[in-house]
Amino acid sequence: MSTLTEAPPPLDPTVTKTPENKPPRKRGRLTPYWLLLPGILWLLVFFALPMLYQASTSVQTGSLEDGYKVTWHLATYWDALSEYWPQFVRSVLYAGSATILCLLLGYPLAYLIAFRAGRWRNLIMILVIAPFFTSFLIRTLAWKTILADGGPVVGALNSLHVLDVTSWLGMTSGDRVLATPLAVVCGLTYNFLPFMILPLYTSLERIDGRLHEAAGDLYAKPFTTFRKVTFPLSMPGVVSGTLLTFIPASGDYVNAELLGSTDTRMIGNVIQTQFLRVLDYPTAAALSFILMAAILLMVTLYIRRSGTEDLV
Amino acid sequence: MEHHEPERLSPVQLAAMRRSFRNGRASLTRRSLLRASAGGALAVGGLGALSGCGIPAAGKTQGGTSAEDHSAKEKTVNFSNWTEYMDVDDSEKHHPTLDAFARRTGIKVKYTEDINDNNEFFGKIKPQLSAGQDTGRDIIVLTDWLAARLIRLGWVQKLDPANLPHAYTNLSAQFRNPDWDPGRAYSYPWQGISTVIAFNKKALDGIEVKSVSDLLDNPKLKGRVGFLSEMRDSIGMTLLDMGKDPEKFTADDFDAAIARIQKGVDKGQIRRFTGNDYTSDLTKGDLAACVAWGGDIVQLKADSPDVDFIIPDSGYMTSTDNMLIPNKARHKTNAERLIDYYYEPEPAAQLAAYINYVSPVDGVKPYLAKIDKSAADNPLIIPDKVMAAKSHSFRALSPKEETAYEAKFAKLTGA
Repeated sequence: MSTLTEAPPPLDPTVTKTPENKPPRKRGRLTPYWLLLPGILWLLVFFALPMLYQASTSVQTGSLEDGYKVTWHLATYWDALSEYWPQFVRSVLYAGSATILCLLLGYPLAYLIAFRAGRWRNLIMILVIAPFFTSFLIRTLAWKTILADGGPVVGALNSLHVLDVTSWLGMTSGDRVLATPLAVVCGLTYNFLPFMILPLYTSLERIDGRLHEAAGDLYAKPFTTFRKVTFPLSMPGVVSGTLLTFIPASGDYVNAELLGSTDTRMIGNVIQTQFLRVLDYPTAAALSFILMAAILLMVTLYIRRSGTEDLV
Repeated sequence: MEHHEPERLSPVQLAAMRRSFRNGRASLTRRSLLRASAGGALAVGGLGALSGCGIPAAGKTQGGTSAEDHSAKEKTVNFSNWTEYMDVDDSEKHHPTLDAFARRTGIKVKYTEDINDNNEFFGKIKPQLSAGQDTGRDIIVLTDWLAARLIRLGWVQKLDPANLPHAYTNLSAQFRNPDWDPGRAYSYPWQGISTVIAFNKKALDGIEVKSVSDLLDNPKLKGRVGFLSEMRDSIGMTLLDMGKDPEKFTADDFDAAIARIQKGVDKGQIRRFTGNDYTSDLTKGDLAACVAWGGDIVQLKADSPDVDFIIPDSGYMTSTDNMLIPNKARHKTNAERLIDYYYEPEPAAQLAAYINYVSPVDGVKPYLAKIDKSAADNPLIIPDKVMAAKSHSFRALSPKEETAYEAKFAKLTGA
């Protein structure tokens, strides 16, 4: 970064007047832009342009046979929202639950890796990342075997009467887990857990151990040390971890498709169906925009609240 | 992938075994897996890049439908098909029927398995075909309703009957006159697909399943019934069960069928709407019974003896995957020769013995019996008279109907 933001050399007429010195200085000033160019082009072609197309699609009307024309039919947005708000709410709920579960599971593990793992640190890190060596789909399909109706997991949950409780809460139905909300949230949690652990680990690992010693010297109990020192200092990791989990999870539809049922469809499923099956491109585009806007809004509020704009 | 293959098995058994290890048109998880991966990019990355700005009217192809036919100069044909929908030899590198075609005609077939899902493939070829460009493919294989849509949009070329003598003579009567392509001017079936009711004997544990009504109403099956996410199969079977004809139903009949299935959804009777992935649920017993595709069941039965199927008294749905020549294809004549080749009984039998779907070729039975006696007697591969009498197909839908019905069905399945 320092090379990019470095101030240009002071203008010294005695040096800069010679023609030999001119071109290098000019090149130097343009360097940041040249370095930015590939990234900007990439963003332009693969982000800005598609977004424009999509925005345009969302205000078009028509059909496959007659073509689609931009008619500024903004009602599509309202119709999409009033028709599919349950799926929106569900997406936020499922993604939110998965994010909280990821945090509860991931924080202790990241803490352990950062402070206690010693020479096992690298091995545990590899174990955290290892599931990523196989495809997302295979990992999700594995859950169908793990949670199969007659399988040991469901059997154990059943004999411990856990399923009675979850069933009463509306998270499962009858004595099965697959094709219920619980299965979808489990799948989401599992699939996005590393996205939580890695940022948490990085920010915990950076904490200076002497701060813990200092807290101890000042008679802080271990829990107080954690509450007043460690946790606040790990906030950047918490914020980026929750964002990296929540954002993809709320747009995910593979887990809902494979592990869920008709009443667990998320907004990603709706968008996919509208685009590929019903061929209602405007509604699909409008739904994508609403999803993006909703996530942007939630993320902005969240970052404001956690007061870590400069840390993320 | 290496698999242990006992030497005592017959070649056909070996083929069935190998097939069960892979996924594809004739396999366990093709539809679900690939639909999921295809749509993934869309849901995550936004739909923009694919949808295009101000989408022009489809079907108004500029500059005619045909391109200059390079068949004589370029002895090749580009064939796009579903995965695992072609015979393979023991080395898994060669397709014996295609090789035989190349030896006889000198036409080399560039065979690509790049069709995984009708909806997804439509999204893939739409930009080129709507712009009147060559897709680089001479033959594509699509299910009835999508074939009908392409014909309706004028995106496929009329076939030259002079190049199709065997196809014309040997096409089964059952498939000769679909209402979306009377007399098969644009399309010829690759394979037929039967939609039946499959069940797992162990999971049923004595519960009797004979009809779609049993699936929807028997409280003992609550949460253990599957329907297909393919609208025409699920609705078609339900219409038949309600005594309606899927070839002539009205909008009210359609709504009634939706309402009938909706009740099953609301009661928690239906566990899921699935693509091919019902096969793993069914063998595990998570699904006790479901609407299923015959070709899958033939294979499942070989691997898991608990799985079986029934044809409801009210009948069953039949559809086909059809070979089509897209506009601007460079090797139309070669493509037609290849289509015709698969209507000769011998290659057709070789193919049927390998992929276990309904063969659309008349007179294939004696040839198939030579390769595999049991396949020749299997009504799911060669329908007998009783089967054929119960077979029904879903009528062609107008564009308006198609959108409205797909939207209603999507709502039924949760989105």
